[in-house]
Amino acid sequence: MKLMIVDDSNIMRRRIERSQQFEELELVGTAGNGVEAIELFKRTDPDVVTMDLTMPRMDGIECISLLVALKPEVRILVVSALADKATAVEAMEKGANGFLNKPFTDRQLNEAIAELMR
Amino acid sequence: MLHEQELKTFVEGTTSFFEVAAQQPASIGSPYLLEGTPAVHEYTGIINISGKREGVVMFTAPKAMLTVLLMKMQENDFSHETMRDLVGEVANTISGNARRDFGREFVISVPSVLSGQLKIPQKPGLRSFIIPINWRSHSAKLVVSLT
Repeated sequence: MKLMIVDDSNIMRRRIERSQQFEELELVGTAGNGVEAIELFKRTDPDVVTMDLTMPRMDGIECISLLVALKPEVRILVVSALADKATAVEAMEKGANGFLNKPFTDRQLNEAIAELMR
Repeated sequence: MLHEQELKTFVEGTTSFFEVAAQQPASIGSPYLLEGTPAVHEYTGIINISGKREGVVMFTAPKAMLTVLLMKMQENDFSHETMRDLVGEVANTISGNARRDFGREFVISVPSVLSGQLKIPQKPGLRSFIIPINWRSHSAKLVVSLT
């Protein structure tokens, strides 16, 4: 399965790449905002996406809608600091499959990805 | 103007960041009110707040502290850009977590970052709460200035 990581923080992108422990996930690319994510998605056709929400140019909520329109079966894990329930509900309504709040431990990340791929 | 309970939200957010991301708790000092412009450290991550409240949330820290924090986060890039990325991410995380209590009308911007400045211009009349952060042998602070 192909993985794409979307976050405007380089540190966070590297952290997710380093911490995820699933051998079946092959990282096909990372993006720093929603616009880059759409372009990368079209080129690489990932199956699993981790998605930040607060990003420049295009935020994660809008990006989720566009990714799901391109590939309805894509599995999207939101990884965001936004901790209010309304935002989580909106992300899920747009097509996200899971929600992980920052800050997170490696274990929490891997549990969330495992849940996503189940 | 912030109420005491609201200030607690930011104290808890700061505590949580260090416990989880740095895997080592920080000692959070008593918040205090500062009239005027707060002094800052070498790197400052700034989140502009709009919506139901207006103002800024800033995390400011010295390079030495950020270097150790990056090590604890298993990072091996200690460049100027990574320091800037880190203070922005800390400010973003603490501000975003505050929506747990403030709700989604507490709208946060993407981070902007200043480095090498000793003072940051502030809106006149806006008072700042300073939350002192002591972690290992280093000191940083969270500055919360909200209407």
